[in-house]
Order: sequence, then C-alpha cells, then structure tokens
Amino acid sequence: MRMEFSAADEAFRLEVRAFVRSHLPADIKRKVELGLRLEHEDYVTWFRILEARGWITPGWPVEHGGPGWTHVQRYIFDEETLLGGAPRIIASGIQMLGPVLIAFGTEEQKRRYLPDIRHSNTWWAQGFSEPGAGSDLAAVRTSAVLEPDGKHFIVNGHKVWTSYAQWCPMMFALVRTDPTAKPQEGISFLLIDMNAPGVEVRPIRMLEGGADLNEVYLDNVRVPVENLVGELNKGWSYGKYLLGHERTGIAGIGSCKQQLARARQIAQQLGLDGDPLLRARLAQFEIELMALEFTALRLLSANQASRMPAVEASMLKVRGTELRQAIYMTLVDIAGPDAVPFSLQALELEHLDEGVVAEELVALAANCLDSRKITIYGGTSEVQRNLIARAAMDA
Amino acid sequence: MDFSLNEDHLALADAVRRFCDGEYPAQHRGNTESEQEAFRRVAGMADMGLLGLPFEAAYGGSELGPVEIMLVAREFGRCLGGGHFLSGTVMAGQLLARLGSNAHKENWLPALTQGSLQMALAAYEEGARYEWQRVRTRATPVAGGYALSGRKSLVLHGDTAGLFLVVARTAGELGDRHGLTVFAVDAGTPDLHVHGFDTLDGRRAANLVLDGVVVDAGRVLGPLDQAADAVESALDAGAAALCAEVVGALEALMEHTVDHLRTRKQFGVPLAKFQVLQHRVADMAIAIELLKSMDCAAAMALAGEDAGVRRRVVSAAKVLASQQGRHQGMAAIQMHGAMGMTDECRVGHYAKRLMVIGQLLGDATYHLRRFDAQQQN
Repeated sequence: MRMEFSAADEAFRLEVRAFVRSHLPADIKRKVELGLRLEHEDYVTWFRILEARGWITPGWPVEHGGPGWTHVQRYIFDEETLLGGAPRIIASGIQMLGPVLIAFGTEEQKRRYLPDIRHSNTWWAQGFSEPGAGSDLAAVRTSAVLEPDGKHFIVNGHKVWTSYAQWCPMMFALVRTDPTAKPQEGISFLLIDMNAPGVEVRPIRMLEGGADLNEVYLDNVRVPVENLVGELNKGWSYGKYLLGHERTGIAGIGSCKQQLARARQIAQQLGLDGDPLLRARLAQFEIELMALEFTALRLLSANQASRMPAVEASMLKVRGTELRQAIYMTLVDIAGPDAVPFSLQALELEHLDEGVVAEELVALAANCLDSRKITIYGGTSEVQRNLIARAAMDA
Repeated sequence: MDFSLNEDHLALADAVRRFCDGEYPAQHRGNTESEQEAFRRVAGMADMGLLGLPFEAAYGGSELGPVEIMLVAREFGRCLGGGHFLSGTVMAGQLLARLGSNAHKENWLPALTQGSLQMALAAYEEGARYEWQRVRTRATPVAGGYALSGRKSLVLHGDTAGLFLVVARTAGELGDRHGLTVFAVDAGTPDLHVHGFDTLDGRRAANLVLDGVVVDAGRVLGPLDQAADAVESALDAGAAALCAEVVGALEALMEHTVDHLRTRKQFGVPLAKFQVLQHRVADMAIAIELLKSMDCAAAMALAGEDAGVRRRVVSAAKVLASQQGRHQGMAAIQMHGAMGMTDECRVGHYAKRLMVIGQLLGDATYHLRRFDAQQQN
C-alpha cells in the first residue's frame, strides 16, 4: 500500500495544471468560477484547445486519438481541469457516442463521425429519455419502422430532457424497432440528422432559469438505414455499454473539491471562516470528500485493467452526488440573505454587474438548484440504491 | 497511490478469521468472556503471533506494520473479540517499543508477545475527556526514583493488566505537551489502586488511583518530559485499530441483516422485497466501502513520517467510523425490529460495541475539531 501518487503521476498533475493555467481563456475561467452561463462557443473553444494537446478524448482507445491514460491519470486530469476553472467535457459525442461507435460502429461510421466529434465540429444530442421512459429506460416507445425498400427507417416519437439539443446537428437515439419483443430486446441504436424534415426541438425552461434541456419531437423522420449502429434490436446493450463507459468521473470528486474551495473562499471573504458551526460543517465535508476520493482511487486501482463493476460505480455516484448537493446547499447558507435576489440576466458575464449582490454570490442559488439534476440523471439515487442493495442481498 | 493487499495480507486475514470463527462462536459473540475463555484466546493469539505483530523479531515479534494491524483488528471487529490486542499490543506495546530501552523491551515485550503479561496504557484522566495532554498526575523526584500521584481513567482491560504505562507530568502546566513522561508501573506496586468495572460492550476497564506510588528511575521510558509525540502516536494507532474494528463489525452486521431481511416475512413477503429496507442496506454497503478506504489511508498515514498527515487522516477516519458505526448499528437494530433489541440477538451486541468505539480515544466531535485544527495550520 502506498498513499502517495507516483512521481510520474505527480509530474502529470503538474503538467495538466500548468497547461490549464496557461491555455484556459480568462473569460471562460471566470464564468466557470462564478457559476455563470457558458455559451456553446465557450465549450468549443476550450475543447479545441484540449484537442490540439491530444487531451479531448481521455476515454477513447489510442488508435482513435485517445491519450492512453491510466485510470489514475484520467482521475487527475478531471480533478486538475476542474480545479483550474475549466469547463467539464460535457459533449455527449465525446463522452458517450464515441466509445460506442468505436466498439460497435461500421468503418464508414467511424470514418464519417469520429473526427468531427473529436474536433468539436459536430455536437451530438443524446436521445434516450422519453416522457414515459425515464429511469425505466427500456420503456422507450419512439418507433422506427423500416420502409419496404429497406433503405430508410421512418421514426416517430418524442424524446425529452435532451441536453444541449439546440447546439446539436445530430442525435443518437434509442428507438423501438420490434414492438412485439420484450422491452429490452426490441430496441435499436440510431443516428438521426436533427436538420431532417420532421424533427422539432423545443427548449424546456428549468427552475434555475436555464434552458439547456429540450424536447425533441420526431414526426415521420426518414433516417437512412446506414445510420443504424450495430445490429438491429441490439440497441439496449449498446446503450448500457455507453452508460457504463464513464466510470472514472462518476463521483464528481473534482466538482466537489471545486465547490468546497468556493465555499471556503466565499466564507473567508464574508468573514465567516471563524464561525465554529460553519467550520464544523466544512470540515465534515472535507472528511466525507477524503473518504470518497480514497474509495474512488481504491476501486480504480483494484480494477486497473478492466472497467469498474456497476455496483461500485453506483456507490460512488450516490455518495459523490449527494455530497456535492450538500456542499451547494451550504454555499447558499454562506450567502445568507444574499441568496434571495435573482437575475437571469446577471448569470451572463457581460451582465454580471446587473446583479444586486456581490459577483461571487450572483449564481449561487441557481447553481444549487441546478445541482438537483445530478441525483436524477445518469440513474437516480434511488435506482442506484436498488442496484447496490440487490448486489448486497444476492451475494 | 496503491490500496491493494498482497498475498501475505490476505493469508493473515484468512488465518485470523479462522481463529476467530473457532474461538468466538457466532451465537455467543459479544458475551462477556469467562476467565477460561480469556486464557485460551490469549494463548491462541500468542501462538499465532498476533500479540507480537508489530515488534522486532529479537523480542519475539513479527515486525509487521499498521496495515497488518488493520487487518487483524478488522477480524476482531467481526467477531467482537480480540481481548487486549488493542490496549496491550497496539497501544501500550507500541509505545513501549518506541520509547523503551533495549533492557525495557527485553524485559516486557517477549512476555507481552507470549501472552504471559498483559499491558495497558493509562493516559486519560478524569474531566479531561479526550484531551490526553491534560495530565494532572504528577511524578515528583524522590531518592532513586519518582513518586506518582494522581488518577487515570478508562484504562482498557486495566484490571487484568500486569503492567501499566502511566503518562505523568514531570514539568510544565496542565495541558502542555512538554513535560509529559511515561512510567512503567507494575500492577502490584504499593499505593497503586486499580478499580475495575464493566463497560457497555461487555468488556472490562479500570480507573487507577496513584497515591504516591514510588517507582525506580529505571522505570522511566524514554527521555524525561518528551513523551507527548509518542503517546499521541500510540493513541492514533489505537484509534486507527478501532476504525478497522468498525469495518469488521459492520460487515458482520450486514450479513446478519441481509439474512434477516431475506428470511423474515411480513405482509406475505420477505422483508427484502421492501424498497425502503433495500435502501438502508445500500447505505450500509456504501458506508462499509468508504470506511474501508479510510482505514487503509489511516494505516498508511501511521506508517508514514509526517505527523500532520497522520493526525489529519486518523482523525478523519475516526470521525466517520464513530458516526457511521453507531448510525449503522442502530439501523441494523431497526431493520431487525424488536428482535434486534433482545440480548439473544447478536445485532444489539454489535451496536453496543460500535457505540463504545464511537466514544473511545476521541469521539467524532473531538476528532472533527482536531481535523479542523490541522486544516488551519
């Protein structure tokens, strides 16, 4: 056993830190640190900077442009980029579709889509959830019917909670291709052109004022048959592969650290850092975070060669997301009465001065509300606990 | 960063588990041990080399470290056993090994290792709660040695110990780190009064009254006035071992609870079908994983050189072990219903031990404060 990172890992950490410090544009960093709205071009700018360094696709195999990092290096990269004030790599194409295409796509699909994903030329929407299929994803009803000539699917249905669909010219979706089969067995994985006739995107206004989630209506959309990924009716297993792919960052430890540092900094600015009750809360968070971090590293090192088992990933997700929410709530407490004023306008950097509270407090409450999503998406805490309990009881 | 256990670690844990399964039958775990049982178990632990685990081979020890102590303590937590492994080997023994001269070590470590001598650390005092440096017990020089006067409280397994390592003040003011000295005092020394009592978890401890106990100058362990760092290390080693016990105890509780939920039927179905109970089980499983990681980190911090890191990590581990141990112990009772509150059911015995662990060697509040103080520095 050894608690220190290896010298090579420490060197890597410093390399990432120095890179972020010298390459992250100041306005993007400021937006991230103040919790303000990021525009599409902010993400694209940063992702292309990472791409130029060869760091945009940590989860991809080396032969497809991945950097060939170990789990621990990926962990360090996540942490250092977040602590350095960089935006998360939120692009579904990079995080989700890429690995699926690499594993199951045709050579033509890889050649056609992967470079544009890597260069952030094409953002992809994730068309999974539907009004009747949230946690119970196998209940998707959007139908894809093959035309008699076998050249196109006709897709009809309704997707929802589609993140950043307004920025996405393409969408990967789970669609039902065999309505008679068992729920998991009649699903296929389809790539859909968002500019095709019959596709309509409608933003959903969320409680914190954002509108990055959307509804996507599909009305007799013609999708070429070559846009099917893998085999017909095998989409469920590709979807599971995709959801299971991002295990390293699932606990969001870098984000927890980032927000805890923010809490300490604001508390100090407001002169609250001597308050014993607040100190106790922050110390408790620090300890919980330490336990989470050691657990993530312990589980990652135990599964170096392979992917982390689903149960362990579920534990990290439950704990990491609930801890992060608690930290956000404490940030609101630190803001005190200054959490009450709200200006949607002031959440944009250019209008920051329109807020009636100090700039570091403007977005706190909105960020806290927005963080409710983390125990809902990617499998709710309840679904995760079901999985964890099943494993514990069947063992 | 490496949290992996090697083959030797696994073999040790496996051997201790077999010993515990034999010596501590499942249906009796947590019961007060009879003298015969205690004698046999001590002999067994000595045979396996557990009582000498961290000591040099020259004194019959196995020269193993904090990771091995963690693994052994985890197994003892699992069977609610271990006797004076914690108070004798982990705390008093390691303190002696660190401070004592070769003659001291030759004198006592082989006996501790063989199980013929029990040793206990007498550090805390009445009214000082967990502030171990608040020592009022005074050692004043007399011809040829020192006279010790004062009171020591909650000396674990104190009434069966043959040798006490007594922390006394030889200089400085109450609460100072400087001026603390460790004395080795035999149990039979005149004017030393040992008042044994039962503890909540069915074990024994003692309060000591030292009424001008005269000891030879040769009974001073290490340099005068400078024992604070060593005492603090020994207490940290003890706290880390308690954290490891929590993991073992929770693993056992998990097995009991899952077994109960799968067999007990209400409303026509096994309790395991109820999601509200499943989620409690999930939380227990998560707690175990987190505590395991902290135990490993604490063991590594104890093995390291940096006292600041050690304080920080051990305190963090003890905060969580105290909080989660107690919380999950009570949750296990809740999931067992009224049966969980009976003396017959083992779950309550685990809950009691977990509650006691929460209060020993610094509770969650003490360690939270200590952790925060490290943060400030």
